Amino acid sequence: MSANNDTIQKTLTVTVLLCLVCAVIVAGSAVLLKPMQEKNKLLAKQGAILEIAGIQVGSKAEIPEKFNAITQKVVDLRTGKYTDAVSAVDYDQRTAAKDPERSVALEGSEDIASIKRRANFATVYLIENNGQVEKVIIPVHGYGLWSTMYGFLALEGDTRTVAGFGFYDQGETPGLGGEVDNPRWKALWPGKKVYDEDFSFQLDFPKTGANRNSPEFDRQIDGLAGATLTTRGVQNLVEFWLSKNGFGPFLANLRAGEA
Amino acid sequence: MSSPTIKEVLLNPIFANNPIGLQILGICSALAVTSSLQVTIVMCLAVIIVCAFSNLFVSVIRSQIPNNIRIICQMIIIASLVIVVDQALKAFAYEISKQLSVFVGLIITNCIVMGRAEAFAMKNPPVISFFDGVGNGLGYSIVLLAMAFIRELLGAGKLFGVAILPVVNDGGWYVPNGMLLLPPSAFFIIALLIWALRVWKTDQVESPDFKIAPNSKVVEAA
Repeated sequence: MSANNDTIQKTLTVTVLLCLVCAVIVAGSAVLLKPMQEKNKLLAKQGAILEIAGIQVGSKAEIPEKFNAITQKVVDLRTGKYTDAVSAVDYDQRTAAKDPERSVALEGSEDIASIKRRANFATVYLIENNGQVEKVIIPVHGYGLWSTMYGFLALEGDTRTVAGFGFYDQGETPGLGGEVDNPRWKALWPGKKVYDEDFSFQLDFPKTGANRNSPEFDRQIDGLAGATLTTRGVQNLVEFWLSKNGFGPFLANLRAGEA
Repeated sequence: MSSPTIKEVLLNPIFANNPIGLQILGICSALAVTSSLQVTIVMCLAVIIVCAFSNLFVSVIRSQIPNNIRIICQMIIIASLVIVVDQALKAFAYEISKQLSVFVGLIITNCIVMGRAEAFAMKNPPVISFFDGVGNGLGYSIVLLAMAFIRELLGAGKLFGVAILPVVNDGGWYVPNGMLLLPPSAFFIIALLIWALRVWKTDQVESPDFKIAPNSKVVEAA
């Protein structure tokens, strides 16, 4: 190797050129592959909705077809009624939540899910049978230990009973908080009552585990071992999205048939 | 060093100079991604591709790289390749890329890749460097595949997700050894594989760095 490679000029030239070439390659691959990645993400999200709604999907190719059975509607969270202001297919709640014109800032005490801003609109997914709502699936998200967890909560037509729950995007510690994705833990959710008779939030995650003999068993879900803060995050985000700042008004309207 | 042939650089790292077995490099990903064969194969392909192309590109510009910043230049090349591979996985194998999660990104810090760039590609022409990368990737892969085979078969009773030993939970007879699905079990398997390799190829046995002295005698106080 020649010694003149080590001059300052040569060092700078090589660094700049190498960085430029690598940046172009990296940026190029990211841009070129983006459409396929977006498609995969959409499929994964639709697959998650179907799974949480309890609809069996054989293969990936069936997802779009089965997803047609689900009605997507946009809800105005301020009024709790459906709105036609945006299209349910194109609406992106995550982007809207960052836009001051399309979201509201949450005060400290209201912001139990630590999400800072809440979008005005949200897409809900309905499974209907002869005009009756059988299941309603609402998007939920909130902060766990160190990631924002995005998921869905499926409720039966009475809007009290859980039909399914799960996250499709989370970055909690694998093996501890990451166990929110464990099918055995998610299987504990269906049948639980998120609201009491007066429709105030009542779900609880005891560290000692849900007690099968307790009269409160239908509002208890096992806390995750070694993941106290993630469990608390899950509890807070479910409570937030079922409160008056979340889907509370909408669910009340849905029960009254006025949504 | 006499100039090595393509066949040598391709086949030597598989058994004679295995990066995991002899050089004990790249252990951490070997522990993390070997609980199922399907995921392991994707990881192995990713490492082979990154290792081969990083060697190729480093070798191509080896005479231009200033000595002071050679490690940084290697890292830039390796990191760019890993990001491209990661993006491609997200586009073409989304499910598997989710399971591999951070471990694709961690190929950047895989000692094998950078070890070969620094030790081989900086001193050899591009073509032979490329095959040296492939060979070392293969050496890494063969150990990972052997481990994944053992772990998935005995830990879950499956190979490639297809049930081979019917497990008790599904009404079969096989009680799976759940420990094999946890990362620590890979330590035992790696150790056993290295032991087997060194029994077969005794020249790989390292001479001890020091001799353990026998316990000193207790002398009664005067």
